[in-house]
Amino acid sequence: MLRIENLTVDHGAIRALRGVSFNVEKGQLAAIIGANGAGKTTLLRTLSGLNKASEGQAHWNDHNILHSKPEKLVRHGISHVSEGKSVIPGLTVSENLELGSLWRRNRSESAKSKKEVLELFPRLGERLSQRADSLSGGERQMLALGRSIMSKPELLLLDEPSLGLAPLVIEQIFQAIRDLTTTKGLTVILVEQNAMGALKIADVGIVLNLGSIAATGSAAALKDDPAVRAAYLGF
Amino acid sequence: MHKRHVTNKHRFIGFVLIGLLVYILSNTVDEWKSFQGATIAVYVVAIASIILLTGYSGQISLGHGALLAIGAYTAALTQIYLHLPVWICFVAAVLITSLFGAILGLAAARLTGPYLAGTTLALAVGLPSIANQFSFLGGEQGISFDAGWPPLSFGEAFTQYKWFFWITSLTALIMMWWIQNLLRSRYGRTWRAVKTNEVAAELSGIRLARSKVLAFTVSAGIAGMAGALLATTINNVSPSAFPLALSFSLATGAILSGVNTLGGVMIGAVALVAIPEIASLVADRWSGSESVPSLLPDFIVSVLLILTVFLAPKGPIEKFRSRHVK
Amino acid sequence: MFELINTLLIGITAGSIYSLMAISVVLVWRSTRVVNFAAGGLALASSFVGAAILEKTGSFWIALPIAMVAGAVFSAFIEYFFLRPLLKRSGDKGAEIFLPIIATLGLLGIIKTILNYIYGDRVGSLPPPMSDKGFVFSGESIALSPMRLLILGIVLLLMISLTLVFQRTNLGLSLRAASFAPEISRLAGIRVDFIRTVGWAISGGVGATAGILQTTNGSGSVSPESFEFSLLLVFGFVAAVIGGIESLIGAVLGGLTLGIILAIILMYVGGSLVFIAAFLILILVLLLRPHGIIGAKGGRRA
Repeated sequence: MLRIENLTVDHGAIRALRGVSFNVEKGQLAAIIGANGAGKTTLLRTLSGLNKASEGQAHWNDHNILHSKPEKLVRHGISHVSEGKSVIPGLTVSENLELGSLWRRNRSESAKSKKEVLELFPRLGERLSQRADSLSGGERQMLALGRSIMSKPELLLLDEPSLGLAPLVIEQIFQAIRDLTTTKGLTVILVEQNAMGALKIADVGIVLNLGSIAATGSAAALKDDPAVRAAYLGF
Repeated sequence: MHKRHVTNKHRFIGFVLIGLLVYILSNTVDEWKSFQGATIAVYVVAIASIILLTGYSGQISLGHGALLAIGAYTAALTQIYLHLPVWICFVAAVLITSLFGAILGLAAARLTGPYLAGTTLALAVGLPSIANQFSFLGGEQGISFDAGWPPLSFGEAFTQYKWFFWITSLTALIMMWWIQNLLRSRYGRTWRAVKTNEVAAELSGIRLARSKVLAFTVSAGIAGMAGALLATTINNVSPSAFPLALSFSLATGAILSGVNTLGGVMIGAVALVAIPEIASLVADRWSGSESVPSLLPDFIVSVLLILTVFLAPKGPIEKFRSRHVK
Repeated sequence: MFELINTLLIGITAGSIYSLMAISVVLVWRSTRVVNFAAGGLALASSFVGAAILEKTGSFWIALPIAMVAGAVFSAFIEYFFLRPLLKRSGDKGAEIFLPIIATLGLLGIIKTILNYIYGDRVGSLPPPMSDKGFVFSGESIALSPMRLLILGIVLLLMISLTLVFQRTNLGLSLRAASFAPEISRLAGIRVDFIRTVGWAISGGVGATAGILQTTNGSGSVSPESFEFSLLLVFGFVAAVIGGIESLIGAVLGGLTLGIILAIILMYVGGSLVFIAAFLILILVLLLRPHGIIGAKGGRRA
């Protein structure tokens, strides 16, 4: 499981996260919601090793994950899909996918993963030799997720996968994320502006406000909490 | 943060004091030291032109040696073919080099990073060699430039190099006074804005290309003056006076001075003159190998460059300031 | 006509060597966004290694690969001990391009003085391993000699291997990914720091080859103040910029264009205008295409 205790992160003089603590059980999908600047992205970047923590602890399967490089954390099963459809435009779809499994150095294993990804997102299969910058927004997000799955993650950190996508596509992506947790037993931390959509598929929810935790609970309970609804869901 | 308020009056007094110091120095030192003093003044002007371009307008030039060459050749040609007084030769050098800078700037404004570095580097290598092709430029021997003897009224003891020292230092002081005022003006602020954030500057109504071309023009004009002063101190203009190494030295001087602030310009200029001197002193005592004296200056400069880039990337002055503000 | 063909042959040979140097510059730019002026110094140092091995073993075919390995090691050393800490300090924004340029200029100076100190006035000798007498056609000897053929062959072989490595191997995929998008590559598990060092090492190996070929194609001897190496450094860099600084194909096109035009100018106009011609070609290309022949249109930094 993921255990985070008193996590504090500074960007220069600005404290982006202050004393954040929460746990996520294995196989759970946790939605992290909150307004712009609440520290959601910072939290993910710190967990994947892109940002440095000032204080606190974070453990994944009893392994201390702070102060490690991202490329090392990938080898411990942590995969981060950063904000804004993180694919590499100059590479083909196929190359983008393979990139995720390079570190495994096992051709048959990665071929297997590739098959899984293409089953999950058949549209990528039709575009394997195209350059990634020729894809639509939804396809790019699928590719980014696909690349992440190629690295055989146990903990998936997703930063706003719904950003800038059409409602139908969002539904598709969210469904795929839900499937990953249910069928593969992945643990997912899903950061979202689209709070309603995220809470619908999540098991637990965490509300961040100005770098601190404002509320936690089961996703269903949060969705129905009038205070949370008023402040973060907008109705 | 506690900042003293420095007014233009204070600065003017500062300039007068430096002038006075140069006057006193010129009366006490020998001819060789006078020559070195004149060289420092030349470097001050040349380095200031790079700082204006890179530190304030954010454009890179590895080819300022070529601009110095244009200034020097213009001054010499004006004297040889038009027989005009020396000070008009200086003005001509500034004007022609500015014109050239404007043309170059038009190209440069469209270029970024490595492209601009490449273009200016190719200019530095290519331009001086033109002299070998056209006979009126004097080929490898070059052409002479004579800034004249000191006035007789200064007396018999007044040496040629002391006179050069005076001319170059006075010109350098005037140029520096003008540059620091320019950088504080609307133009200076515009350049800084463009350097800091091109998009924001453009959105607030600054015409990017025009601002960049203007900076290149002004920088070239100053470099042209430095070239004319250089011709004054060495009496001669030839391709070998403007090798690629000169362009690199000037870039070095700018880095040692702190490329973001005009105030450190003396540091770089003095370093460029003092390092070979110190190196030869050290090498004399250390008579192990014959090649040491000739290699030591380059080595020291190279090591200093790397140290500066690592330890004080914003320049020694900024480094000193930030340490004392905290 | 005969003369023109000969001029073209000379130009293509010289240009192919500039292409190698340009590739060396491009590889470093792609992996770390640094304009590497030390590349010329590294090529020089590797050529001295090559000359020393040639003197010991008498075989060009042992000297060349060892010099390439030496170039790769020197280059990786510089990346690891100088550029990496420098770029870490100036933050990941790449800071200003000026500082790395100055740092590599400083390194160039240090490499040169060290070589000068070790070798002094002695020169390293790298005579052509094959005849440099031109083939004879209908009684006249043309500019194409076995040696020139060999140079073209080595350059071609190297370019094909590089293309294969970049397009077909996992290492190549990592190199391309790390240069396009270092952060995403990290998140995908690529050891970007290591890959950058590898990029520098390949650049050093290619540069070493360029240095050795430039010497054998020219005077046959290397010295720290060698004019041929100034040519190689300047034209290699100019060729890389003409080609768009990011593209290997661009570097080759840039090198060949430069080589051919300069050979024509050297033959028909005059030797002292070669350098200014290089400048004019550069300006002309950049005015038409500000990001080089095969340049990215702005947003390739991704």
